[in-house]
Amino acid sequence: MAKRESTFINMVVTLFAVTFIASATLGGIYELTKEPIAKAKLEKKLKAIQLVVPEFDNDPNSEMYTIKTENDDMPLEVYPAKKGDKLVGVAVKSYTMKGYSGLIQLMVGFKPDGTINKISVLQHAETPGLGTKMTDASFKDQFYGKNPADFNLEVKKDGGDVDAITAATISSRAFCDAVKRAYDQYMKGGKK
Amino acid sequence: MNQKQNFTKGFIKDNAVFVMLLGLCPTLAVTSSAVNGLGMGLATTFVLVMANIVVALVKNLIPEKVRIPSFIVIIASFVTIVDLTMAGFLPSLHEALGIFIPLIVVNCLVLGRAEAFASKNNIVSSIVDGLGMGLGFAFALTLLGAVRELLGAGSVFGLSIPIFPTTEDGAPITMLLFVLAPGAFIALGYLIAIINRFKKS
Amino acid sequence: MEIFAIIISAILVNNIVLMQFLGICPFMGVSKKLSTAVGMTGAVTFVMVLATIVTYLIQVYVLEPFGIGYLQTISFILIIASFVQMVEIVLKKVSPPLYQALGVFLPLITTNCAIMGVALLTIQNDYNLMEGIIYAIGSAIGFGIAITLFAGIREHLDLLDVPKGMRGTPIALVSAGILAMAFMGFAGLV
Repeated sequence: MAKRESTFINMVVTLFAVTFIASATLGGIYELTKEPIAKAKLEKKLKAIQLVVPEFDNDPNSEMYTIKTENDDMPLEVYPAKKGDKLVGVAVKSYTMKGYSGLIQLMVGFKPDGTINKISVLQHAETPGLGTKMTDASFKDQFYGKNPADFNLEVKKDGGDVDAITAATISSRAFCDAVKRAYDQYMKGGKK
Repeated sequence: MNQKQNFTKGFIKDNAVFVMLLGLCPTLAVTSSAVNGLGMGLATTFVLVMANIVVALVKNLIPEKVRIPSFIVIIASFVTIVDLTMAGFLPSLHEALGIFIPLIVVNCLVLGRAEAFASKNNIVSSIVDGLGMGLGFAFALTLLGAVRELLGAGSVFGLSIPIFPTTEDGAPITMLLFVLAPGAFIALGYLIAIINRFKKS
Repeated sequence: MEIFAIIISAILVNNIVLMQFLGICPFMGVSKKLSTAVGMTGAVTFVMVLATIVTYLIQVYVLEPFGIGYLQTISFILIIASFVQMVEIVLKKVSPPLYQALGVFLPLITTNCAIMGVALLTIQNDYNLMEGIIYAIGSAIGFGIAITLFAGIREHLDLLDVPKGMRGTPIALVSAGILAMAFMGFAGLV
């Protein structure tokens, strides 16, 4: 089986042809998968919102607005959830950089008056077995139904009302920081 | 060798992970659970088989000196196809495997088979070789994933297997180390030792 | 993220080999002797930093503006393969003994997931060019430290009385696991 000779022309043509066919094929596949990918991303967002706010029938994503103050590194995303025309809750995508291993992102669901509905942990890199316990109901549940106006969002060690995770005080503090940020920004000027 | 041997060699005798030590990066990284190991194994098998087919088809059209770059482009294309398809239709698996999906392109197993086998054999043999080595790779990853998940989280494929004592709220007290980085190394080391023993007998 | 945090993170906290699982193949293959380990680190550092720069520029000035992000995998790996080719040619002229010592592992730098991984992570972590370069240098140092430490351990292991079934790869992997455990202690440093 004779192979093509490795002349300069042959090499260039081959490489060009291979790359061209590859790029063209990929371009086609990209077009085909563009929509499913966008759909999957949107569904993921909606699911995250659904987990933390009461039932709604609008499209929170299209009504999303952001809040940012000078102290923040990143803007917070606020997703209003409505039933009919009535606001039933907001999901605030908040964050903190004070985690044991840096960034933690939360989706905090509030009732319109600022009471915490539910909280979802979106992203974190905390220590498995310790900080990761923040995703457990045994830690999160204590926030539900509390209004930060009279529930102090600091750990008990710092004079607040929150029961920290044993041996994971830093992660617990960071979690509170993220929830506090969400509440403060939402109540201060985020309501629309 | 006949096609049956061609196919089965990938499972034990020439297993990519346990014997040839190829593709160790994804092996250690994504096997924190059995389902992730299986998903990665199958994704890699797809790329391997498709790349083998194309390489076997065009092997006579590609000049010797640009062999490797051409193979790389072919492999990279199929990796991108897998990446896009997973993002659109299997988003949670896509997120779990993360950066290791595009890293299939540097999996020495894939380039190795294209270079060592598909460029020298016909299409049918190349398909069988790709399937055998790929599924053998998937087998290794799933096995390692199952072991790590069992020891580290007390479950296999998400089904909890009660071999550990539990805390008051029913959570098993597992050997957490195994779903973390060090556990991957250690588990693989012992698995290879066991498989070597198995091969000898 | 500030420079110091990036470096410490890349070298210790999120060590590229022992925590992020990138660069395992050369880690297992080249770490048998201390001298080859050091030589490999030099080559990897060179390719890693240059590849990160070029792939970053391609991503920002070509792939994104033209909306052809899906060509990322292909373009990145081709850039890396070209650099490795360059290193091979340069090394052959400049230091033939090192070229010989690295042998087949030199072209294998192309399939070093660490290089491709760092290039991809730079984009994923949203670093700018300066941060990307620092990250690449940090990761290369982390790779070098891991591989050098490991080579030292392996040279030692060769002299010890290891149970027959564990000799060679198995005991090396378990040792790597223990080394990884040590590095886990750096968590929370930054």
